[in-house]
Amino acid sequence: MKENAQRILANPKFQELVQKRSAFAWTLSIAMLVIYFGFILLVAFGKGFLGTPIGNGVTTWGIPVGLFTIISAFVLTGIYVHRANGEFDELNRQIMEESK
Amino acid sequence: MRSLVNRVGVAAVAASALIPASVHAAAVEGAVQKQATNFSAIVMFLIFVLATLGITYWAARRTKSAKDFYAAGGGITGFQNGLAIAGDYMSAASFLGIAGLVYTSGFDGLIFSVGWLVGWPIILFLVAERLRNLGKYTFADVASYRFQQTPMRTMAACGSLATVTFYLIAQMVGAGKLIQLLFGMDYLWAVVIVGVLMIAYVTFGGMLATTWVQIIKAVLLLSGASFMAFAVLAKFGFSPEAMFSTAVQVHPKATAIMAPGALITDPISAISLGMALMFGTAGLPHILMRFFTVSDAREARKSVFYATGFIGYFYILTFIIGFGAIVLLLAPDATGAYPFLDAAKLAAAGGKPNPAMIIGGSNMAAIHTAHAVGGDLFFGFISAVAFATILAVVAGLTLAGASAVSHDLYASVIARGRASEHDEIRVSKITTVVIGIVSIFLGIAFENQNVAFMVGLAFVIAASANFPVLLMSMFWGRMTTRGAVLGGWIGLISSVTLLILGPTVWKSVLGNPAAIFPYDNPGAFTIPLSFLAIWFFSITDNSKAAQDEREAYKAQYIRSQTGLGAEGASAH
Repeated sequence: MKENAQRILANPKFQELVQKRSAFAWTLSIAMLVIYFGFILLVAFGKGFLGTPIGNGVTTWGIPVGLFTIISAFVLTGIYVHRANGEFDELNRQIMEESK
Repeated sequence: MRSLVNRVGVAAVAASALIPASVHAAAVEGAVQKQATNFSAIVMFLIFVLATLGITYWAARRTKSAKDFYAAGGGITGFQNGLAIAGDYMSAASFLGIAGLVYTSGFDGLIFSVGWLVGWPIILFLVAERLRNLGKYTFADVASYRFQQTPMRTMAACGSLATVTFYLIAQMVGAGKLIQLLFGMDYLWAVVIVGVLMIAYVTFGGMLATTWVQIIKAVLLLSGASFMAFAVLAKFGFSPEAMFSTAVQVHPKATAIMAPGALITDPISAISLGMALMFGTAGLPHILMRFFTVSDAREARKSVFYATGFIGYFYILTFIIGFGAIVLLLAPDATGAYPFLDAAKLAAAGGKPNPAMIIGGSNMAAIHTAHAVGGDLFFGFISAVAFATILAVVAGLTLAGASAVSHDLYASVIARGRASEHDEIRVSKITTVVIGIVSIFLGIAFENQNVAFMVGLAFVIAASANFPVLLMSMFWGRMTTRGAVLGGWIGLISSVTLLILGPTVWKSVLGNPAAIFPYDNPGAFTIPLSFLAIWFFSITDNSKAAQDEREAYKAQYIRSQTGLGAEGASAH
């Protein structure tokens, strides 16, 4: 176990995995935070915009903006899972294989 | 004359509208009177109970080891766990509460839905796979990984128990009130039935039974809500614009329902609410526990993806159902009558309908809409689903509470790791029975109290005590036992104190003229405070133990990143 750990730490692929995955996770987290707090700040400061009807109807901009926030949460998780379960897991598998 | 939620309850809803509690536990507001016995609902609920008890029997025969009991043997798939997480998260109160909020205020309901959803991507990106790789049964396993077990586990178990207790009281009282309203059953009986069934599920079937109860309930709730939203949109030729335009015509607030209203006024409240919702989700022990039921980090990721999809879809449905309630309940039917509004109030207002006239209070909006679109049978179905929902959520909470006692306090702190697996499960089962009985008594004791703030309290504690310690233990190698324990306790104590001094409890519940702390939700202050305390008391800790803990981070780091040495699924 201890030797395994040493070999993993020394493996450049481990550094690559950790670096790529954290950069990706933090980028997506920040994207989510920006979208969500952007929405909350619009609610606090931009009530006028959210309440403006689209075209001549009664549907306001608030509806698509709210829906966008919900859908973006789902899409961002999809993007992460796709890359993590593909590229990152493959890299991880190689690291584990090489540490034996 | 049918029964009504009293005016005090309605005022309490308005007063506490800023904290998540008011929506998550909105069904618990105020005193309600018994309805006429609803036989179709009772029959459908009995079918649900029989089916889930059958599952519990099946699960009991497969539950042998501690891993089976706490984590369903680690053999749940990502898709199943996604549904179960969604089941844990879509409480009856959030279904009825958000639909009711949309019905009274329109767009504002969407603000809450969004807040509850966006915690999930963060859990996936930062927490899920590390948690799965490091932990065994409880989040305290992860938080205490390289630290002194006794102080860390004690603190984490107290955070868990505080979160679970407040959540549980709100659910029990909500269950009693709701069942009184929907089934025409006595409050006492309703609370006792919920308590007894939850003890049965958890003691006999452990996590396996609890997971399947969640899955069944999630499927029922999603199907019922889908049918309602579909039926509402079908009335408008599937044009949301046509639905909104009718809603604006019949709602007294007119076009104001299409824009953010008075619910969120100043930016600090908005951000504080957002932080508590987002980070609270990532600190709820019954939710975190679900990540140990899957075989590896890969399935853990998938479960969050599915859960986010189901929960997001569900919130879109509740938004449509809320607007459905506006157009169906506030407009006259074919005979020119308003069957879901209180006739006396309507007459007093000169026949002008208003959302506040709804029979049973705004939380009944979704239930009445079910009646309007699907008749008596569907009304019975949705009522039964609402009851099933409460049962499932309560079972998940109880298991989390019991695990904190047996796995963290008993096995690690009291027996110092020398307890046998058999003893640990026995303690867990005894604790489940105790929690069940205590929550029946708490449910009875709090019958006539406004307990809505307690869910808000649970979220703030989870966000201020559990979440910072968990996150920092995984991400920050320089954290020490001293920093984590002090940070966790400071987060716990400060959030409880500020919530009590805030407007919801100090003014509305305790009846003082003015609140000492101006914000309903202290999250924006207590979450950073806890992080700051962890940082400060860790960097100033130069003890030998602290050095060893920092050394141990490397091994933890490798395991959290690669899953080397992580718990797998059991063989059977």
